[in-house]
Amino acid sequence: MSEILFVLGMPLAGALVLGVAGGRAHAALLNSFFSLACLVAAAFLTIRVVDEGPILAMEELFFVDSFNVFLVALTALVAFTTALFSRPYMMNELAHGKLTPRMLQLYHAMYQLFIFTMLLALLSNNMGVLWVAMEAATLSTVLLVSLYRTPASIEAAWKYFILCGVGIAQALFGTILLYFAAEKLLGSGGTALLWTHLNAVKGELEPTVLSLAFVFLLVGYGTKVGLVPLHNWLPDAHAEGPTPMSAVLSGLLLNVALYAVVRCKVLVDGALASNYAGELMMGFGLLSVVVAAFFLSRQRDVKRMFAYSSIEHMGLMTFAFGMGGAVATFAGLLHMTVHSLTKSAIFFTVGHAAQKTGTQTMDEIRGLVTTNPTIGWGLMLGSLAILGMPPFGVFASEFLILTTAMREQPWATPILLLALGVAFAAIFSRVQSMVFGETTATRLPHPPALLPVFVHLAIVLMLGLYIPPYLADWYRQAARLIG
Amino acid sequence: MTLATQLINVMAALLLLIAFAMLSQRRILSLIYLYAWQGVVLSANSVVVGYSTGQTHLYYSALLTFVLKAILLPWILHRLIIRLNIRWDVETLINIPTTMFAGIVLVVFAFNLALPITQLAGTITRSTLGIAIAVVLLSFLMMITRRKAVPQVIGFLALENGLFFAATSTTYGMPLAIELGIALDVLVGVLILGIFFFQVRDAFDSLDLRHMEKLKETDE
Repeated sequence: MSEILFVLGMPLAGALVLGVAGGRAHAALLNSFFSLACLVAAAFLTIRVVDEGPILAMEELFFVDSFNVFLVALTALVAFTTALFSRPYMMNELAHGKLTPRMLQLYHAMYQLFIFTMLLALLSNNMGVLWVAMEAATLSTVLLVSLYRTPASIEAAWKYFILCGVGIAQALFGTILLYFAAEKLLGSGGTALLWTHLNAVKGELEPTVLSLAFVFLLVGYGTKVGLVPLHNWLPDAHAEGPTPMSAVLSGLLLNVALYAVVRCKVLVDGALASNYAGELMMGFGLLSVVVAAFFLSRQRDVKRMFAYSSIEHMGLMTFAFGMGGAVATFAGLLHMTVHSLTKSAIFFTVGHAAQKTGTQTMDEIRGLVTTNPTIGWGLMLGSLAILGMPPFGVFASEFLILTTAMREQPWATPILLLALGVAFAAIFSRVQSMVFGETTATRLPHPPALLPVFVHLAIVLMLGLYIPPYLADWYRQAARLIG
Repeated sequence: MTLATQLINVMAALLLLIAFAMLSQRRILSLIYLYAWQGVVLSANSVVVGYSTGQTHLYYSALLTFVLKAILLPWILHRLIIRLNIRWDVETLINIPTTMFAGIVLVVFAFNLALPITQLAGTITRSTLGIAIAVVLLSFLMMITRRKAVPQVIGFLALENGLFFAATSTTYGMPLAIELGIALDVLVGVLILGIFFFQVRDAFDSLDLRHMEKLKETDE
């Protein structure tokens, strides 16, 4: 229980402290420090859950099982490495005159607040609190997307706010319907929205209400996952916001939103005894994979391109969870982990590459390998990993998803393969011309922090070659929970 | 039909009326007043439902709604339009009759959507769920037809009111803690948008959203 309080308390305290001192010279160090403290607390929480099994704490307000604890650990890890990356990145932006210390203060405070809201969404047992936290996650990032105050960034932030706001409003209606169905069995008051209680009576929940509720919940949280056709905000927010934001949006927020969808799916599956929820998710997932793959090749902005790649991968995960069953869910969880690590690593390298060349347009970025081999090779390796090349972990998870699809949903396999092929061609040709060739880059005033990139890629590589038994166990347990 | 149900039906009808009025209202100031009235009706509705069913938590919810949606948010919005100097702005809305007609179609659709849930609900307010969904959809329509930032946000807030009303009519309201959380989100959202409006105006020299159509799916 105290671990949960620390996991949530550290980013919250960080938001308060950095809200006051976030513009000072050492604020970036403080930011890293609070993220590290949160990571340590998350590690202790993970150890406890692994040892003792699921924990219910604070009058059942928080619930940690093997499904969300691994997302908590992942969130805390990526939040920490992104904080490490953001220190030199933001100092360079400051040196280039793109930011003022006041903006930096806002950035640091909102960064910690954003991490807090995501951890709250993950740890909360209450579906209502989950909704409130998801909405708060949007609110805390709106001003970060418009941090540079350029017309394009403000347009992106407005789109982000309105689309996600309307989307999440539908999730609220879904939550109301869920409460309506639950209240009959569990009585009115706080306990009727607790996931553990809902899960216990899921077989008796009114099927008509639940199926309607799931449509709203899927559309609502699906907007934040970036599922096509609700994805319009995502590429803009990724491209126009500061790069550390793109890394945590892609690496963390989309995961947390998908987590919310999966939690709801578990309840609906129990109530309906049919694969209605899974079919909806497969449909949305497949559509996202295909549409995103075809938009990939038509991008000129490097961050936009990788944002579409995130839509594609989120679609793939949604499809995997939709298929259900032990193997597909295992693969979905693994894919969540490796995608989040790889994509944030890619954004780290892309961020520094864009800073060096002064542009995000891919045609103008050339020869990264000659000026800064580590950035160049980091981007190359990251791209190969995200494209599902063996021996990286993405290959393992995509392979599992595809083979399960062949067995369970054979019709979908050619479509998936085609989309993955198109995505490969699009990204690989673009990245190759950015990494090799003549150079245009200049030196940066602050040397980039590339350790996070290689730490992430090393973990992804390891997961491709060998999944440690306790981790595999953990995924299997979670897969059993989700079903 | 008891007096309470009749009162509740009157409130629901008023909410629907306000939603239609918002759809056709061109002056930003009047829109804010309409939004404040929506808050007053919602809060009164919570009191009536709370009184007739003995659900005391609805009184707190009514108080919260009144303070937030009838006083605080309209006041903030009013301050904002004064500071932004758009107090007397009039928006040119094209084709109000067509919009109204689309609104009527939406109301019919909303009642159909509400039907299966209404049959399952045991609350005295269940007949008003159709209206709640209609208010949500009409607010959607308002957001789509508007081209300026502040009316679009008022549409968004009206949508939230519709959802709140839906919660009251199906379940006598969400648990109080959740309602507090939602209220906090709405308040913080409006404050952030307040800051944001100034950024929009500085970047585009106006709050007209037609300037914001630069970002496309493909940048070619």
